[in-house]
Amino acid sequence: MVNKVVIAKPAPYMNPLLAGILLGMVLLATFVVTGHGLGATGFTTRLAAWIGMYVAPVATNANDYLGGMVEEGKPLNAWITWQVIGVAIGALLSAFLAKRIHIQLDGKKFLGGAKRPLTALFGGILAGFGARVAAGCTSGLGLSGAAVLSLAGFTFLGTFFAVGLIVSRFLKEEK
Amino acid sequence: MIEILSGLLLGAGFGFVLERAGFGNPNKLTGQFRLTDWSVFKVMFTAIVFAAVGLLILESLGLVDPSSLFVPPAFLGAAALGGALVGAGFAIGGYCPGTSVVGLMSGRIDAAIFLIGLLLGTVLFAGIYPSIEFLTTLGEYAKADALPDAFSISSLSIDIGMVIAAVGVFVLGSWMEKKSKGPVGSQV
Repeated sequence: MVNKVVIAKPAPYMNPLLAGILLGMVLLATFVVTGHGLGATGFTTRLAAWIGMYVAPVATNANDYLGGMVEEGKPLNAWITWQVIGVAIGALLSAFLAKRIHIQLDGKKFLGGAKRPLTALFGGILAGFGARVAAGCTSGLGLSGAAVLSLAGFTFLGTFFAVGLIVSRFLKEEK
Repeated sequence: MIEILSGLLLGAGFGFVLERAGFGNPNKLTGQFRLTDWSVFKVMFTAIVFAAVGLLILESLGLVDPSSLFVPPAFLGAAALGGALVGAGFAIGGYCPGTSVVGLMSGRIDAAIFLIGLLLGTVLFAGIYPSIEFLTTLGEYAKADALPDAFSISSLSIDIGMVIAAVGVFVLGSWMEKKSKGPVGSQV
Protein backbone atom coordinates (compact mmCIF):
# COMPACT_ATOMS: atom_id res chain seq x y z
CA MET A 1 0.00 0.00 0.00
CA VAL A 2 3.02 2.27 0.49
CA ASN A 3 3.72 2.71 -3.21
CA LYS A 4 0.17 3.96 -3.77
CA VAL A 5 1.13 7.21 -2.08
CA VAL A 6 3.94 7.81 -4.55
CA ILE A 7 1.75 7.63 -7.66
CA ALA A 8 -0.10 10.91 -8.14
CA LYS A 9 -3.83 10.33 -8.23
CA PRO A 10 -5.61 11.44 -11.40
CA ALA A 11 -8.11 14.22 -10.78
CA PRO A 12 -11.80 13.31 -11.16
CA TYR A 13 -13.59 14.15 -14.42
CA MET A 14 -15.55 17.36 -14.76
CA ASN A 15 -19.27 17.50 -14.05
CA PRO A 16 -21.04 16.81 -17.38
CA LEU A 17 -23.34 19.85 -17.16
CA LEU A 18 -20.38 22.18 -16.68
CA ALA A 19 -18.38 20.42 -19.41
CA GLY A 20 -21.39 20.67 -21.73
CA ILE A 21 -21.76 24.42 -21.13
CA LEU A 22 -18.03 24.97 -21.74
CA LEU A 23 -18.15 22.86 -24.91
CA GLY A 24 -21.21 24.85 -26.03
CA MET A 25 -19.27 28.09 -25.50
CA VAL A 26 -16.37 26.84 -27.62
CA LEU A 27 -18.77 25.63 -30.33
CA LEU A 28 -20.67 28.95 -30.34
CA ALA A 29 -17.42 30.91 -30.53
CA THR A 30 -16.32 28.74 -33.47
CA PHE A 31 -19.54 29.53 -35.36
CA VAL A 32 -19.18 33.26 -34.67
CA VAL A 33 -15.53 33.36 -35.76
CA THR A 34 -15.54 30.94 -38.72
CA GLY A 35 -19.17 30.47 -39.78
CA HIS A 36 -18.90 26.70 -39.32
CA GLY A 37 -18.55 24.37 -36.38
CA LEU A 38 -15.88 22.06 -34.98
CA GLY A 39 -14.62 18.95 -36.74
CA ALA A 40 -12.07 16.15 -36.93
CA THR A 41 -12.25 13.98 -40.04
CA GLY A 42 -11.76 16.95 -42.34
CA PHE A 43 -8.21 16.75 -41.03
CA THR A 44 -7.73 12.96 -41.18
CA THR A 45 -8.94 12.97 -44.80
CA ARG A 46 -6.37 15.65 -45.66
CA LEU A 47 -3.75 13.71 -43.70
CA ALA A 48 -4.55 10.60 -45.77
CA ALA A 49 -4.09 12.68 -48.94
CA TRP A 50 -0.82 14.10 -47.62
CA ILE A 51 0.58 10.65 -46.80
CA GLY A 52 -0.62 9.39 -50.18
CA MET A 53 1.27 12.23 -51.87
CA TYR A 54 4.53 10.69 -50.62
CA VAL A 55 3.73 6.98 -50.48
CA ALA A 56 1.77 6.65 -53.73
CA PRO A 57 1.92 9.98 -55.60
CA VAL A 58 0.58 8.73 -58.94
CA ALA A 59 -2.39 6.90 -57.45
CA THR A 60 -3.20 9.78 -55.11
CA ASN A 61 -3.10 12.34 -57.91
CA ALA A 62 -5.33 10.20 -60.07
CA ASN A 63 -7.78 9.46 -57.25
CA ASP A 64 -11.22 10.99 -57.72
CA TYR A 65 -11.65 11.72 -54.03
CA LEU A 66 -8.18 12.73 -52.82
CA GLY A 67 -6.75 14.05 -56.08
CA GLY A 68 -8.30 17.50 -55.74
CA MET A 69 -6.72 17.95 -52.32
CA VAL A 70 -3.17 17.32 -53.55
CA GLU A 71 -3.50 19.43 -56.71
CA GLU A 72 -1.65 22.37 -55.19
CA GLY A 73 0.67 20.13 -53.21
CA LYS A 74 -0.56 21.30 -49.81
CA PRO A 75 -3.45 19.11 -48.67
CA LEU A 76 -2.90 20.05 -45.01
CA ASN A 77 -3.17 23.77 -45.69
CA ALA A 78 -6.59 24.30 -44.11
CA TRP A 79 -8.22 25.69 -40.97
CA ILE A 80 -9.21 22.19 -39.80
CA THR A 81 -5.53 21.18 -39.58
CA TRP A 82 -4.84 23.94 -37.06
CA GLN A 83 -8.01 23.14 -35.19
CA VAL A 84 -7.06 19.47 -34.75
CA ILE A 85 -3.50 20.41 -33.71
CA GLY A 86 -5.24 22.68 -31.18
CA VAL A 87 -7.36 19.75 -29.97
CA ALA A 88 -4.20 17.74 -29.37
CA ILE A 89 -2.53 20.60 -27.46
CA GLY A 90 -5.63 21.31 -25.35
CA ALA A 91 -6.15 17.64 -24.54
CA LEU A 92 -2.49 17.21 -23.62
CA LEU A 93 -2.57 20.26 -21.35
CA SER A 94 -5.76 19.12 -19.62
CA ALA A 95 -4.53 15.54 -19.15
CA PHE A 96 -1.19 16.81 -17.83
CA LEU A 97 -2.76 19.21 -15.33
CA ALA A 98 -5.12 16.49 -14.10
CA LYS A 99 -2.32 13.89 -13.90
CA ARG A 100 -4.20 11.70 -16.34
CA ILE A 101 -1.39 10.94 -18.79
CA HIS A 102 -0.90 7.21 -18.62
CA ILE A 103 0.70 5.14 -21.39
CA GLN A 104 -1.51 2.09 -21.72
CA LEU A 105 -3.58 -0.09 -24.01
CA ASP A 106 -6.97 0.95 -22.66
CA GLY A 107 -10.44 -0.52 -23.18
CA LYS A 108 -9.56 -4.21 -22.91
CA LYS A 109 -12.30 -4.83 -20.34
CA PHE A 110 -15.22 -3.89 -22.57
CA LEU A 111 -13.74 -3.98 -26.07
CA GLY A 112 -12.38 -7.37 -26.91
CA GLY A 113 -9.92 -8.26 -24.14
CA ALA A 114 -6.68 -9.54 -25.70
CA LYS A 115 -8.09 -8.64 -29.13
CA ARG A 116 -8.22 -4.96 -28.16
CA PRO A 117 -5.76 -3.84 -30.88
CA LEU A 118 -8.05 -5.43 -33.48
CA THR A 119 -11.24 -3.80 -32.15
CA ALA A 120 -9.46 -0.43 -32.11
CA LEU A 121 -8.27 -0.88 -35.71
CA PHE A 122 -11.57 -2.23 -37.05
CA GLY A 123 -13.58 0.45 -35.23
CA GLY A 124 -11.33 3.10 -36.71
CA ILE A 125 -11.77 1.73 -40.24
CA LEU A 126 -15.57 1.70 -39.89
CA ALA A 127 -15.63 5.24 -38.47
CA GLY A 128 -13.20 6.54 -41.10
CA PHE A 129 -15.25 5.06 -43.94
CA GLY A 130 -18.57 6.15 -42.42
CA ALA A 131 -17.42 9.72 -41.88
CA ARG A 132 -16.64 10.00 -45.62
CA VAL A 133 -20.06 8.65 -46.58
CA ALA A 134 -21.77 11.22 -44.35
CA ALA A 135 -19.19 13.96 -45.08
CA GLY A 136 -18.73 14.46 -41.35
CA CYS A 137 -18.25 12.75 -38.01
CA THR A 138 -19.67 13.04 -34.51
CA SER A 139 -18.13 16.52 -34.14
CA GLY A 140 -18.53 17.92 -37.62
CA LEU A 141 -21.97 16.62 -38.51
CA GLY A 142 -23.45 15.44 -35.18
CA LEU A 143 -22.48 18.19 -32.76
CA SER A 144 -22.02 21.12 -35.16
CA GLY A 145 -24.80 20.05 -37.52
CA ALA A 146 -27.33 19.73 -34.71
CA ALA A 147 -26.39 23.16 -33.31
CA VAL A 148 -27.56 24.76 -36.56
CA LEU A 149 -30.70 22.56 -36.40
CA SER A 150 -29.81 20.69 -39.59
CA LEU A 151 -31.77 17.63 -40.64
CA ALA A 152 -28.51 15.88 -41.60
CA GLY A 153 -27.04 16.47 -38.13
CA PHE A 154 -30.01 15.01 -36.27
CA THR A 155 -30.31 12.12 -38.73
CA PHE A 156 -26.62 11.30 -38.18
CA LEU A 157 -27.00 11.41 -34.38
CA GLY A 158 -30.08 9.19 -34.54
CA THR A 159 -28.50 6.30 -36.43
CA PHE A 160 -25.16 6.85 -34.65
CA PHE A 161 -26.68 6.17 -31.25
CA ALA A 162 -29.14 3.51 -32.39
CA VAL A 163 -26.48 1.40 -34.12
CA GLY A 164 -23.94 2.03 -31.34
CA LEU A 165 -26.45 0.73 -28.79
CA ILE A 166 -27.13 -2.41 -30.81
CA VAL A 167 -23.50 -3.17 -31.70
CA SER A 168 -22.26 -2.73 -28.13
CA ARG A 169 -24.64 -5.58 -27.07
CA PHE A 170 -22.39 -7.96 -29.01
CA LEU A 171 -19.24 -7.04 -27.08
CA LYS A 172 -18.81 -9.13 -23.98
CA GLU A 173 -17.34 -7.73 -20.79
CA GLU A 174 -14.15 -9.49 -19.69
CA LYS A 175 -14.15 -10.58 -16.07
CA MET B 1 -2.13 34.16 -39.37
CA ILE B 2 -5.49 34.95 -37.81
CA GLU B 3 -6.80 31.70 -39.30
CA ILE B 4 -3.97 29.70 -37.73
CA LEU B 5 -4.49 31.34 -34.36
CA SER B 6 -8.28 30.89 -34.33
CA GLY B 7 -7.88 27.25 -35.32
CA LEU B 8 -5.32 26.57 -32.62
CA LEU B 9 -7.22 28.41 -29.87
CA LEU B 10 -10.70 27.09 -30.62
CA GLY B 11 -9.28 23.61 -31.15
CA ALA B 12 -7.40 23.82 -27.86
CA GLY B 13 -10.62 24.80 -26.08
CA PHE B 14 -12.37 21.84 -27.73
CA GLY B 15 -9.64 19.36 -26.79
CA PHE B 16 -9.29 20.71 -23.27
CA VAL B 17 -13.01 20.37 -22.51
CA LEU B 18 -13.25 16.90 -24.08
CA GLU B 19 -10.39 15.68 -21.90
CA ARG B 20 -11.87 17.36 -18.80
CA ALA B 21 -15.15 15.54 -19.41
CA GLY B 22 -13.32 12.21 -19.56
CA PHE B 23 -13.83 11.77 -23.30
CA GLY B 24 -10.33 10.46 -23.89
CA ASN B 25 -11.34 7.35 -21.97
CA PRO B 26 -12.88 4.60 -24.15
CA ASN B 27 -14.50 2.89 -21.14
CA LYS B 28 -16.36 6.07 -20.31
CA LEU B 29 -17.29 6.85 -23.92
CA THR B 30 -18.75 3.40 -24.58
CA GLY B 31 -20.50 3.49 -21.20
CA GLN B 32 -23.11 5.58 -23.00
CA PHE B 33 -23.95 2.60 -25.23
CA ARG B 34 -24.04 0.26 -22.22
CA LEU B 35 -26.31 2.88 -20.61
CA THR B 36 -24.20 2.88 -17.43
CA ASP B 37 -22.56 6.28 -18.05
CA TRP B 38 -24.60 9.06 -19.65
CA SER B 39 -21.83 11.66 -19.84
CA VAL B 40 -21.70 11.59 -23.65
CA PHE B 41 -25.42 12.41 -23.99
CA LYS B 42 -25.33 14.96 -21.19
CA VAL B 43 -22.31 16.85 -22.51
CA MET B 44 -23.39 16.72 -26.17
CA PHE B 45 -27.00 17.75 -25.55
CA THR B 46 -25.92 20.60 -23.28
CA ALA B 47 -23.39 21.86 -25.83
CA ILE B 48 -25.85 21.60 -28.75
CA VAL B 49 -28.58 23.42 -26.83
CA PHE B 50 -26.16 26.09 -25.57
CA ALA B 51 -24.81 26.77 -29.07
CA ALA B 52 -28.26 26.67 -30.72
CA VAL B 53 -29.79 29.09 -28.19
CA GLY B 54 -26.66 31.25 -28.32
CA LEU B 55 -26.85 31.48 -32.12
CA LEU B 56 -30.55 32.40 -31.94
CA ILE B 57 -29.80 35.22 -29.47
CA LEU B 58 -26.83 36.52 -31.49
CA GLU B 59 -28.91 36.37 -34.69
CA SER B 60 -31.78 38.32 -33.14
CA LEU B 61 -29.30 40.96 -31.94
CA GLY B 62 -27.94 41.21 -35.45
CA LEU B 63 -24.49 40.03 -34.38
CA VAL B 64 -24.54 36.86 -36.48
CA ASP B 65 -25.88 36.61 -40.02
CA PRO B 66 -27.80 33.32 -40.26
CA SER B 67 -27.08 33.04 -43.99
CA SER B 68 -23.33 33.05 -43.25
CA LEU B 69 -23.55 29.85 -41.17
CA PHE B 70 -22.72 26.53 -42.76
CA VAL B 71 -25.68 24.16 -42.67
CA PRO B 72 -24.83 20.66 -43.95
CA PRO B 73 -26.92 19.68 -47.01
CA ALA B 74 -29.81 17.31 -46.36
CA PHE B 75 -28.46 14.10 -47.90
CA LEU B 76 -30.34 12.22 -45.23
CA GLY B 77 -29.60 8.73 -46.52
CA ALA B 78 -25.88 9.48 -46.56
CA ALA B 79 -26.08 11.00 -43.06
CA ALA B 80 -28.01 7.96 -41.77
CA LEU B 81 -25.63 5.42 -43.32
CA GLY B 82 -22.53 7.33 -42.25
CA GLY B 83 -23.95 7.80 -38.75
CA ALA B 84 -24.60 4.06 -38.51
CA LEU B 85 -21.03 3.22 -39.54
CA VAL B 86 -19.47 5.80 -37.21
CA GLY B 87 -21.74 4.54 -34.39
CA ALA B 88 -20.64 0.94 -35.01
CA GLY B 89 -17.01 2.06 -35.18
CA PHE B 90 -17.43 3.93 -31.89
CA ALA B 91 -19.03 0.93 -30.15
CA ILE B 92 -16.33 -1.46 -31.38
CA GLY B 93 -13.30 0.83 -31.38
CA GLY B 94 -14.11 2.88 -28.29
CA TYR B 95 -13.75 6.33 -29.85
CA CYS B 96 -15.12 8.69 -32.42
CA PRO B 97 -12.60 10.49 -34.63
CA GLY B 98 -12.26 13.61 -32.46
CA THR B 99 -12.08 11.79 -29.13
CA SER B 100 -9.41 9.40 -30.46
CA VAL B 101 -7.06 12.41 -30.66
CA VAL B 102 -7.85 13.14 -27.00
CA GLY B 103 -7.27 9.49 -26.07
CA LEU B 104 -3.91 9.51 -27.85
CA MET B 105 -2.75 12.66 -26.07
CA SER B 106 -3.50 11.06 -22.69
CA GLY B 107 -1.20 8.17 -23.61
CA ARG B 108 -3.62 5.58 -24.99
CA ILE B 109 -2.05 3.22 -27.53
CA ASP B 110 -5.47 1.89 -28.57
CA ALA B 111 -6.40 5.45 -29.62
CA ALA B 112 -3.32 5.58 -31.86
CA ILE B 113 -4.42 2.30 -33.45
CA PHE B 114 -7.94 3.69 -33.91
CA LEU B 115 -6.45 6.73 -35.68
CA ILE B 116 -4.51 4.45 -38.04
CA GLY B 117 -7.80 2.68 -38.70
CA LEU B 118 -9.42 6.04 -39.51
CA LEU B 119 -6.78 6.70 -42.15
CA LEU B 120 -7.20 3.19 -43.58
CA GLY B 121 -10.98 3.64 -43.70
CA THR B 122 -10.51 6.92 -45.54
CA VAL B 123 -8.10 5.34 -48.04
CA LEU B 124 -10.51 2.43 -48.54
CA PHE B 125 -13.32 4.90 -49.23
CA ALA B 126 -11.17 6.92 -51.64
CA GLY B 127 -10.01 3.73 -53.37
CA ILE B 128 -13.52 2.60 -54.29
CA TYR B 129 -15.00 6.11 -54.53
CA PRO B 130 -16.15 5.95 -58.17
CA SER B 131 -18.36 2.94 -57.45
CA ILE B 132 -19.78 4.27 -54.16
CA GLU B 133 -19.98 7.97 -54.92
CA PHE B 134 -23.77 7.67 -55.07
CA LEU B 135 -23.79 6.86 -51.33
CA THR B 136 -22.63 10.37 -50.47
CA THR B 137 -25.72 12.01 -51.98
CA LEU B 138 -28.20 9.35 -50.95
CA GLY B 139 -31.70 10.31 -49.86
CA GLU B 140 -31.65 14.02 -50.58
CA TYR B 141 -34.45 15.98 -48.95
CA ALA B 142 -34.88 18.75 -51.46
CA LYS B 143 -37.34 20.96 -49.56
CA ALA B 144 -35.09 22.11 -46.72
CA ASP B 145 -31.77 21.62 -44.94
CA ALA B 146 -32.83 22.61 -41.42
CA LEU B 147 -35.66 21.68 -39.06
CA PRO B 148 -37.38 25.13 -38.96
CA ASP B 149 -37.87 25.16 -42.76
CA ALA B 150 -38.70 21.49 -43.04
CA PHE B 151 -41.51 21.61 -40.48
CA SER B 152 -42.38 25.31 -40.62
CA ILE B 153 -41.68 25.74 -36.92
CA SER B 154 -39.78 28.69 -35.48
CA SER B 155 -36.20 28.17 -34.30
CA LEU B 156 -37.35 29.40 -30.89
CA SER B 157 -39.90 26.58 -30.55
CA ILE B 158 -37.32 24.01 -31.60
CA ASP B 159 -34.80 25.41 -29.11
CA ILE B 160 -37.40 25.24 -26.32
CA GLY B 161 -38.15 21.65 -27.30
CA MET B 162 -34.44 20.82 -27.19
CA VAL B 163 -34.02 22.36 -23.73
CA ILE B 164 -36.87 20.18 -22.47
CA ALA B 165 -35.32 17.13 -24.16
CA ALA B 166 -31.93 17.92 -22.58
CA VAL B 167 -33.50 18.11 -19.12
CA GLY B 168 -35.14 14.77 -19.86
CA VAL B 169 -31.76 13.28 -20.81
CA PHE B 170 -30.27 14.43 -17.51
CA VAL B 171 -33.16 13.02 -15.45
CA LEU B 172 -33.31 9.69 -17.30
CA GLY B 173 -29.53 9.37 -17.49
CA SER B 174 -28.92 10.09 -13.83
CA TRP B 175 -31.65 7.62 -12.87
CA MET B 176 -30.12 4.88 -15.03
CA GLU B 177 -26.63 5.67 -13.72
CA LYS B 178 -27.93 5.17 -10.17
CA LYS B 179 -29.45 1.83 -11.12
CA SER B 180 -26.14 0.59 -12.59
CA LYS B 181 -22.51 0.88 -11.64
CA GLY B 182 -22.59 4.59 -12.34
CA PRO B 183 -20.31 6.88 -14.35
CA VAL B 184 -16.76 5.72 -15.09
CA GLY B 185 -14.26 7.68 -13.01
CA SER B 186 -10.75 8.82 -13.83
CA GLN B 187 -9.08 6.39 -11.45
CA VAL B 188 -8.28 2.92 -12.71
